Amino acid sequence: MTTATLSRREMRRRKKMGADYVAPSPYSVKAALTKGDIFTKLSAVVFGLGNIVRKQYIKGIALLALEIAFIVFMIVSGAGYLSKLPGLGDQKQGKKLVDGFWVYTAGDNSVVILLYGVCTLVVCVLFVYLWTISLKSAYKAECLIREEGKAPSVMDDFRTLTDQKANQLLMFLPTLGILVFTVLPLIFMISMAFTSYDHKHLTLFDWVGFQNFGEVFSNKGGTVNAGLFMSVLAWTLVWAFFATFLNFFLGMFFAMIINRKTTHFKGFWRACFSMSIAVPQFVSLLVMRTMLQPTGAINRLLMEWGWIDSALPFFTNATWARVTVIIINLWVGIPYTIMQITGILQNIPADLYEAAKIDGANWWQIFIKITMPYIIFVLTPYLITTFTGNVNNFNVIYLLSAGNPTPVGSSAGKTDLLITWLYKLTVDKNDYNLGAVIGIMTFIVLAVVSLITYRNSGSYKNEEAFR
Amino acid sequence: MSNHSIQKAESHSLMHDAKKRRILGDVLSHLFLGVMAVIWLVPIVWVFAESFNKNTAPYTRTFFPTEFSLNNYIALFTDRSVLNFPKMFMNTFIVAIFVCLISMFFVLSVAYCMSRLRFRTRRTFMNVVLILGMFPGIMAVSAIYFILKAVGLTGEGLTTIALILVYSAGSGAGFYVMKGYMDTIPTSLDEAAMLDGCTRLQVFYKIIIPICKPMIVYQAIIGFLTPWLDFVMAKVICRTQSNYTVALGLWLMLDKEYIQNWYARFAAAAVVISIPIAILFIVMQRFYQESMSGSVKG
Repeated sequence: MTTATLSRREMRRRKKMGADYVAPSPYSVKAALTKGDIFTKLSAVVFGLGNIVRKQYIKGIALLALEIAFIVFMIVSGAGYLSKLPGLGDQKQGKKLVDGFWVYTAGDNSVVILLYGVCTLVVCVLFVYLWTISLKSAYKAECLIREEGKAPSVMDDFRTLTDQKANQLLMFLPTLGILVFTVLPLIFMISMAFTSYDHKHLTLFDWVGFQNFGEVFSNKGGTVNAGLFMSVLAWTLVWAFFATFLNFFLGMFFAMIINRKTTHFKGFWRACFSMSIAVPQFVSLLVMRTMLQPTGAINRLLMEWGWIDSALPFFTNATWARVTVIIINLWVGIPYTIMQITGILQNIPADLYEAAKIDGANWWQIFIKITMPYIIFVLTPYLITTFTGNVNNFNVIYLLSAGNPTPVGSSAGKTDLLITWLYKLTVDKNDYNLGAVIGIMTFIVLAVVSLITYRNSGSYKNEEAFR
Repeated sequence: MSNHSIQKAESHSLMHDAKKRRILGDVLSHLFLGVMAVIWLVPIVWVFAESFNKNTAPYTRTFFPTEFSLNNYIALFTDRSVLNFPKMFMNTFIVAIFVCLISMFFVLSVAYCMSRLRFRTRRTFMNVVLILGMFPGIMAVSAIYFILKAVGLTGEGLTTIALILVYSAGSGAGFYVMKGYMDTIPTSLDEAAMLDGCTRLQVFYKIIIPICKPMIVYQAIIGFLTPWLDFVMAKVICRTQSNYTVALGLWLMLDKEYIQNWYARFAAAAVVISIPIAILFIVMQRFYQESMSGSVKG
């Protein structure tokens, strides 16, 4: 395909992506609908017709079968699910006296209606995708017959799947998994943010638009309000910042001390620190929690030594609790950083250091100009994922302090992150709609932070810098 | 002459200084490492000691137990009436094996496509996965439960399958580390193989997979460990005790209802699951460091 035929959008895309650019397939839906012959055009209605006419029987029949399956599904149940979606059902469970017995009539369950409705929508989107596949493959078969005399057989198609199109073969199952167990639940939860699905409306609820967002961002009282949201958000960001960067810098410090030329027993020190990785995280967190209770081992020990008179308020005073979770998170996280950075330190080409030494650089200059840039290059994605991981760090907070101390009547404690607050709202209080709103807000915060940093990082702009 | 000797003396004292500083640095860094190692090891040693404690109550008078016995371990594996630990162990083990295999396959294929193949939706896929990763996982937990319930996978005995599906299905999204590793393999290897007539699929399993061995071990262990360590997802999916995984069982042992009798057994259970995990981690660390030091040497 020559540049002259490329649209302006394609030109821009090509310029932006450079060597990664892949030209669009000439067999597009638009071309099929405008330039295709009658069979190709009819493939838009009868899937696979174009393929069957061109003797690609198996492919054509498969497409047709999928279309029939979809239509049958829509007639049997899909249409019903979709029609209930706007109202989410209002049939209450009732009981009738039949022959002297109370018979319960099944009422609508809005959660089920919502779930099936969302699934049907996803199936419809997949059907549209199938439609494009049908058109494209019909047009492709037509063109190939015109140009080369025959359309590819099933075996040919199979061969391309193992070669030029290996991505389709390899990515099919992983993508399906992500679609069903990540994307679908997310759409489902996001749609809950626009309903009245809370502890008062557990079986029947309705669409309410942006009312829940209004509730979270107003100060009308209620258990969830703007003031509380802002304070939880602020603590979440402070926590994520400290948890990520303290871990990173202290871990780097540890790793560099272990890696000093004159440090003895390097393996022994590394083993000491990796011991704590080997103990499952929730075990060590639960142990720490029991140790730090007012009557726990630490307080007892300190009292026995006579250092304190009354128990230290590890999880009962807000500031104490916040500092405690950050410090314990250091205990959990530093070994991982040591492990990561040790590997990278050993990987920095030695000739870089030698050249720097010959040029008379001291250790600080070497550290700033060589070690740091290298570590940052390799670890930027890791740092970003750690940051997002910390914003979403459910385990440490929930298992250690469970969000406590919680002021009386408040729905979030002083150490609650957005994520643990969300969990409490959905699982403990059944306020799914508010939980979903908070989930969406968490996502927005994370998306803003990480997209900016990630797009500016070296390892995104230049994937092959160190290849 | 005198000038020369002064220079020599200066350089001597400078060297002496440097040596002194180095020794001081050595002493300080070893001291620092020693203190930190103690801080890191105390809780672990404590769990180990507690698991042999004769006194099963949680809040004892001394920091370390005073009387030791093996009863906690024996009770853990023989007393199946209240909490069936052996069953939980088997549940988790089965889930772990399957999750390990499936997630390894998913991660490898996605990473290969992202690193080596160039197709139009590549960047889109990477960005979408990145965005999906920013949604809090907890948000999807209850939705996943509703979905599993609608499919009918929450019944007795089926939760094992449900857990396998839930842990492994999304694992393809965790391709970033593996892709980063594959990016360091020179493309000339692929090109040479393709000149010799390899298809891209053959390049994948004849060249890329063997080179990625250290990273595969790392990924396999990560996949194997997920079910042992996760407890949020398991808590929502496993509603009855007979389906509990180890993590849930341990959590339950510290519940108000059980803690008085089960605290020492909790420690014993922690030791029992920590030992295999520790061994795996040591293996993993070796392979991880190997893989961090580049794919193709020389």
